[in-house]
Amino acid sequence: MRDIVLTELMQAVQQMARDFAHYLPRLVVMLIIAFAGWVIAFLLKLLVRGILRLTKFSKLSENAGATQLLHQAALPSSTELVSRFVFWVAWAGFVLLGVSVLGIAGLQEYISRFFLYLPRLFVAMVILFFGFVGANFFSRAALLAAVNANFRSSRLLSISVRVIISIFALSMVFEVLGVGEQTMLIAFATVFGAVMLGLAIAFGIGGQGLAREFLEKRLVRRQKEEKEDELSPL
Amino acid sequence: MAEETLLTDDFVRQLINVGEVDLVVGLCTHNNSKTIEPIVRAIQAGILKCFPRERAAIINADGGSQDGTPKLVTGASIDDVWNASKVYALRTLHAISTTYARTPDPSTALRTILEAADLLRARACVLISPDSTTIEPDWLQHLARPIFYDNFDLVCPIYRRKRSEGVLVRNLLYPMTRSIYGYRVREPYASEFAISSRLASNFLNQEIWKQDWSRMGPEISLTITAVTGKYRIAQSFLGTKVAPGRSTADLVSVMRRTVGALFSSLDVNFPVWSTITGSEPVSTLDGQPEGMPESLRINRKHLRDMFASGVAQLETVFRSILSPPTFSELQRIATLGVGEFNYPADVWAKTVFEFAASYHRSVINRDHILQALVPLYRGRSLTFLLENRDGSVESDETREESLCGEFERLKPYLLEIWGNGK
Repeated sequence: MRDIVLTELMQAVQQMARDFAHYLPRLVVMLIIAFAGWVIAFLLKLLVRGILRLTKFSKLSENAGATQLLHQAALPSSTELVSRFVFWVAWAGFVLLGVSVLGIAGLQEYISRFFLYLPRLFVAMVILFFGFVGANFFSRAALLAAVNANFRSSRLLSISVRVIISIFALSMVFEVLGVGEQTMLIAFATVFGAVMLGLAIAFGIGGQGLAREFLEKRLVRRQKEEKEDELSPL
Repeated sequence: MAEETLLTDDFVRQLINVGEVDLVVGLCTHNNSKTIEPIVRAIQAGILKCFPRERAAIINADGGSQDGTPKLVTGASIDDVWNASKVYALRTLHAISTTYARTPDPSTALRTILEAADLLRARACVLISPDSTTIEPDWLQHLARPIFYDNFDLVCPIYRRKRSEGVLVRNLLYPMTRSIYGYRVREPYASEFAISSRLASNFLNQEIWKQDWSRMGPEISLTITAVTGKYRIAQSFLGTKVAPGRSTADLVSVMRRTVGALFSSLDVNFPVWSTITGSEPVSTLDGQPEGMPESLRINRKHLRDMFASGVAQLETVFRSILSPPTFSELQRIATLGVGEFNYPADVWAKTVFEFAASYHRSVINRDHILQALVPLYRGRSLTFLLENRDGSVESDETREESLCGEFERLKPYLLEIWGNGK
């Protein structure tokens, strides 16, 4: 009985040793891939950082208002953030590539899914960035035009423009990422509809005075103003 | 002549029929039928009276008028002028017109006239604004004579103005051009001026038209080109100028054409202007600028409210353009009532220079920077009105000199912030 137990135990240890010996080269390959991946990802990070600095990406990001947003959230600069993102995506890709060498059943599918997902992630980031740029540009343009036209609710108009463009960009991002497509579509439609309905009600009921003032200014006061002298810039 | 010509074959044919001339009078028009006829008659009278022996042509560059303006220019009969003045020209006076585009573009219009003048080998080219309803025949003499007889290359106008007119010119364009480029040209954005064939030809050949600032404001870019190119500049007193009425919406486009062009010119001309200190006078002929006393009924409260509202609403925009001390000062001024309102000359000069530096560095969209200047300009206009409310014409002049002095004094500050940020 004792011999049988010892024999079985020896066989199990030998099997484990054989399996380990079988996996060891793959593990080494995985580690090599992960290390090489880290080096490549690090170089890629430096390259991306250099390119972004050369193309004055931080200035673009500052103009878009993204820098302020990152600063408020205690995050690093946009250039640093993008280069770090590239580093982690690249390294994670190499690590997963290394893991696939181990030949663990079932993991292959997830790894290939991850690689298929990367282009979507990239497109989503681009949409998000340009969404921020567009929202900031058009909200500022609306604010300036409204202030120069002496529109009383200039800031409200500007914020509305920013919110609508941001919601639109975010819904596009979620659609690209495939996260709750239907939910996002319904949420977007609901929010957009609510905003429009809110504006309609606000103008219809709450904004009676504003509408009256606007019409008076357009139709009645203009006659008075025409009698006043105007400053000529040139 | 510039290699890439704008002139159509038909227009060139008309110019060939005219032959060589001594003087070209250019009119850049767009739907000016209400004012153009008396202006053409005044030009004809000016040519008959002042240049009877010179060969002259009136050239109209039209930006797609729908009201028959070009026909009014070419069809204006000289007989009435002959009968009125009893003076006859010794040469045929030609008037030709071309439509350079379907929509007006001041840069293309000016270029068309200068190219035509170059083709006709005109010794001088005088540009007259189709809005100048107060034009007198003598204007032509005041503008063209210094080019014919004194070898000047650019003759800018000086006017007798109402206090409510030329506010941007007096508070920004003149002081800033003077402090930056070192020449005291009173009307750097001139709607009437005369240019020599030498300067016109160089201006056409310099490919300056391809640059943004030149396209934005060709009139001010011509003055700046003459100043930076060390051409001989004079200014001549013309008489009373009444500016055409402009709506609030026009103010933004005026800012783009004038201040935008001036700010843009600083980028390319940095090596020139960065070494200039102080300013020197420009030869002034036929009189000095004059102010016309007038009782104004400007809505001062409206101006003050628009300034204060702009400072409050555009806080985020101003924080990216202005330095914290300047913005704090603006916030303080915004709390003042109409009675004690004062946007001092030094703060205004600093504001303008910080806007210019931010425009150079494109801290935000450049057009947004120009638009953000509008409410601040309104605040400065109010101070200008309040300061000149009861003063004499002489005290107006003193205050204008003091403002220019502030711009000149603060020029090192502009150089300091030019590349370094706030």
